[in-house]
Amino acid sequence: MKRRDFVGISGLAAGALFLPSFPGFAGDLVDPARLLEPGADAAQKKRLADAGLNAAKAAGASYADVRIGRYLNQGIFTREKQVQNIASTESYGVGVRVIANGTWGFAATNTVTEAGIAKAAQLAVQIAKANSKVQKEKVQLAPEKGHGEVAWKAPIQQNAFEVPIKDKVDLLLGVNAKALDLGVNFINSALFQVNEQKYFASTDGSYIDQDIHRIYPTFSVTAIDRASGKFRSRQSLSSPMGLGYEYLSAKAADKVAGPAGSNVVGYKNSYDMLEDVAAAAKQVKEKLTAKSVTPGKYDLVLDPHHLGLTIHESVGHPLELDRVLGYEANYAGTSFATLEWKAKGIPYGSKLVNIVADKLQPGSLGAVGYDDEGVKTKRWDLIKDGKLVDYEKIRDQAHIVGQKESDGCCYSQSWQDVQFQRMPNVSLQPGKAKLSVDELIKGVDKGIYIAGNGSFSIDQQRYNFQFGGQVFYAIEKGQITGMLEDVAYQANTQEFWNSCAAICDESDYRLFGAFNDGKGQPSQSSAVSHGSATTRFNGVNVINTARKLG
Amino acid sequence: MPILSKDEAQTILKKVLSFSTADECDATLNGRTGGNVRSARNTISTAGALDNVSLVVTSYFGKKSGTATCNEFDDATLRRCVQRAEEIAKLAPESPEYMPLLGPQQYTESTKAFAASTAAIDPDYRARQVGASTALCDQRKVTSAGFLEDMAGFVAKRNSKGLEAYQQYTNVEFSVTVRTPDGKGSGYAAADYTDASKFDAARLTRIAAEKASSSVNAKALEPGKYTVILEPNALLSNVDTSLMAVLMGSLDARSADEGRSFLSKKGGGNKKGEKLFDERVTIYSDPMNAEIPDITFAGDGRPQKRVTWIEKGVVKNLYSSRYWAQKAGIPDLPPPGGWIMEGGTQSTADLIKGTAKGILVTRLWYIRPVDPQTLLYTGLTRDGTFYIENGQIKFPIKNFRFNESPVIMLNNLEAIGKPVRLGGNLIPPLKIRDFTFTSLSDAV
Repeated sequence: MKRRDFVGISGLAAGALFLPSFPGFAGDLVDPARLLEPGADAAQKKRLADAGLNAAKAAGASYADVRIGRYLNQGIFTREKQVQNIASTESYGVGVRVIANGTWGFAATNTVTEAGIAKAAQLAVQIAKANSKVQKEKVQLAPEKGHGEVAWKAPIQQNAFEVPIKDKVDLLLGVNAKALDLGVNFINSALFQVNEQKYFASTDGSYIDQDIHRIYPTFSVTAIDRASGKFRSRQSLSSPMGLGYEYLSAKAADKVAGPAGSNVVGYKNSYDMLEDVAAAAKQVKEKLTAKSVTPGKYDLVLDPHHLGLTIHESVGHPLELDRVLGYEANYAGTSFATLEWKAKGIPYGSKLVNIVADKLQPGSLGAVGYDDEGVKTKRWDLIKDGKLVDYEKIRDQAHIVGQKESDGCCYSQSWQDVQFQRMPNVSLQPGKAKLSVDELIKGVDKGIYIAGNGSFSIDQQRYNFQFGGQVFYAIEKGQITGMLEDVAYQANTQEFWNSCAAICDESDYRLFGAFNDGKGQPSQSSAVSHGSATTRFNGVNVINTARKLG
Repeated sequence: MPILSKDEAQTILKKVLSFSTADECDATLNGRTGGNVRSARNTISTAGALDNVSLVVTSYFGKKSGTATCNEFDDATLRRCVQRAEEIAKLAPESPEYMPLLGPQQYTESTKAFAASTAAIDPDYRARQVGASTALCDQRKVTSAGFLEDMAGFVAKRNSKGLEAYQQYTNVEFSVTVRTPDGKGSGYAAADYTDASKFDAARLTRIAAEKASSSVNAKALEPGKYTVILEPNALLSNVDTSLMAVLMGSLDARSADEGRSFLSKKGGGNKKGEKLFDERVTIYSDPMNAEIPDITFAGDGRPQKRVTWIEKGVVKNLYSSRYWAQKAGIPDLPPPGGWIMEGGTQSTADLIKGTAKGILVTRLWYIRPVDPQTLLYTGLTRDGTFYIENGQIKFPIKNFRFNESPVIMLNNLEAIGKPVRLGGNLIPPLKIRDFTFTSLSDAV
């Protein structure tokens, strides 16, 4: 609770109660029609960017990059039978980053004119020179050749801003009506849509125009037993995706059935919100009377919509090279996976564990053509056959690990924040042998199947974690036997990944998304996907989270 | 430009309202100026500055409303902003929770929330403070990472029903993590002030450095229930969720009445008036408190006054939206800005002296909800955890994961220390019995 978070926009505050933080909403509230108006064209943006690059060089910069960003967002928030808020925002401006005297400097402006950008460039150089007096290590950039004038567009089929607001409101209110018809007490639903129109230019000779889209439909249903005072919630099993409105097309081919007896359905490149809310309404009532788990060791079978968050926290974050080096020590923390630890060759996971970083994967949140420092994106191995083989790094970090190339995972949430190293998509590769979820569960004697992400917490070096979920099912002698409640598992990252015993095949593989991953001071948000197939982990410690008050 | 005077701000807001053709119109100006410096590995890593004034206009036609914003203030831009809010309002669905705008309100005049010393902070001041912090770490051969952020701002409101409000404020906050070169010790310090003349980065860095050195070579204790002394940074955080913030963030009347809060009653209704905590627990808010002077009005224009939330363990008041207050027939109270937990005179050192066996927790981290029914949260100790025996710190211990509810915690109260300011609140160190640690962590 920070008392300076004074909210003057009462309507936004109401929506924000559902998802408390959505930094994408920085910017001016605008008419929804504005979201379809074109921004400046590439020729205009090149002229503006050149003004910044030339001013930076004239002021003494040895390197400069200019990011002209137009960030468009729309959020629609509903509860039960009413619309709580519809907000459309636009944020437009320019960030200039320079190296002068071997030190970074950054300044931003929303005066998007040649003069305004040149002034920001001069200020960035001034800041770099001032900070160079206390700088101890000079910036070294991994080489990146200029890409000339290029463009990249996310391969979406329908821009969500083209869909009339009425249709989107009708969808959400239809979802709410279905849940209320099926007997839930409360439902909140929301639809977030993002379009980043980013232009990057640098003194290396790159002029890169990119168009990126994200979408996130979500809901939460609550059921209450008034007599006992007990209440339970179940959140949607949708994933935020790097897709357009086609994500809501609910194609049968994109549905993946969960294990027999679970009533869980997973979704690939399209999502059936009405089907999911019907399942949620049934499950949330079942949760009120589900058996409380007996604590102990269980074999866990984790659905991709659950496992994605575990991958994010226990692999994605500890392998960020800035964390490893201590740059995040005062906030997010450091990492157990130090350079010394890597050199020892200690297994991160079992031999089945192959984890890749990927900035190319179509439909993912992290997919772009080039990152926010003009590096062409790629895919690379992080963990191969259980061994840590590489980190996530950007241009000024590559030399520290003896490499000559950035991984292309530099990102800034807006034009007014400085870009820095962020997590790429980090995904567990599916098993090579054919294996369905039902076949996997057949081999489990005493276990728990978990779908959906719930409570999550991990220490500042990423050793000890605890995760909950949305729905839990007991597995006894190879079969799902009923729902459980009050489940959370605690493990150590290395023990957990070394207990990985089986991974379903590619037909079960799908993406989970973290829409709002926070890092840095001042904190910045980024969106990233994590793919996996349903996976088994043996002998994990499960605790019972039920308590009594009074 | 960012800090407009009352007259300058109200002149703009009057003009905005004069452009309105709606049934009702509400206009708010927020201005803020300030900067930040981030450091890591004993050197500055990034620095930034922020300077912005923005106008928020909400227009109403009957029960329909629309909001637009802008950050330029010439007549044409203001007129366009009002028109945009009105266009959005006309297209919006009617809100069943519509409330007419508030008329003129009486606000307590507060000048102490603004300090000229903080508003005067410049890049040299920031570099000097952070430089003193990193120099101390160089001398002691330890490694620091820190963050300094300062701001001066104002809020001005005016609406078509005659409501008028204006206030300035300042804030400076600093946090620093110090680690030993072998990675075996870590310490943390954080503080915030209205008046920057009280701020000394080197003093705070020294505290963090001492914790780092004394936490080296931690021993492992078995997880279980322990008597703990929770320092203020273990109860509240400037950067993360915290046990006391989630408790105060749960005093919402609507969630309680709807049956989805730890304050909901079996069979319906809420637990206001019931004794839910130890009788020594009293928590109130007061924007005029000299140590945490705050803005005397809420975002929707409701006055912020002194309100007792918990008194001698009894829940005395719940906050709500204006709509819910009217529907439920309860006092119309906005959520507070900062709040104050009453305490005694004992320091953390005094609490340690009075402890036969226990654990000193200097900070809790990555705190997330596990069960909203009981307000059960999980998280970990961080940056210095110590075993206490016979009134003395005996040795550092490895970090624990906890699973605990602040409701249970405030029933297991053994002793309360002297409150200190943190995150714009006043919070005392607490001694708690039977605090639940569920596993060990190797993290330092």
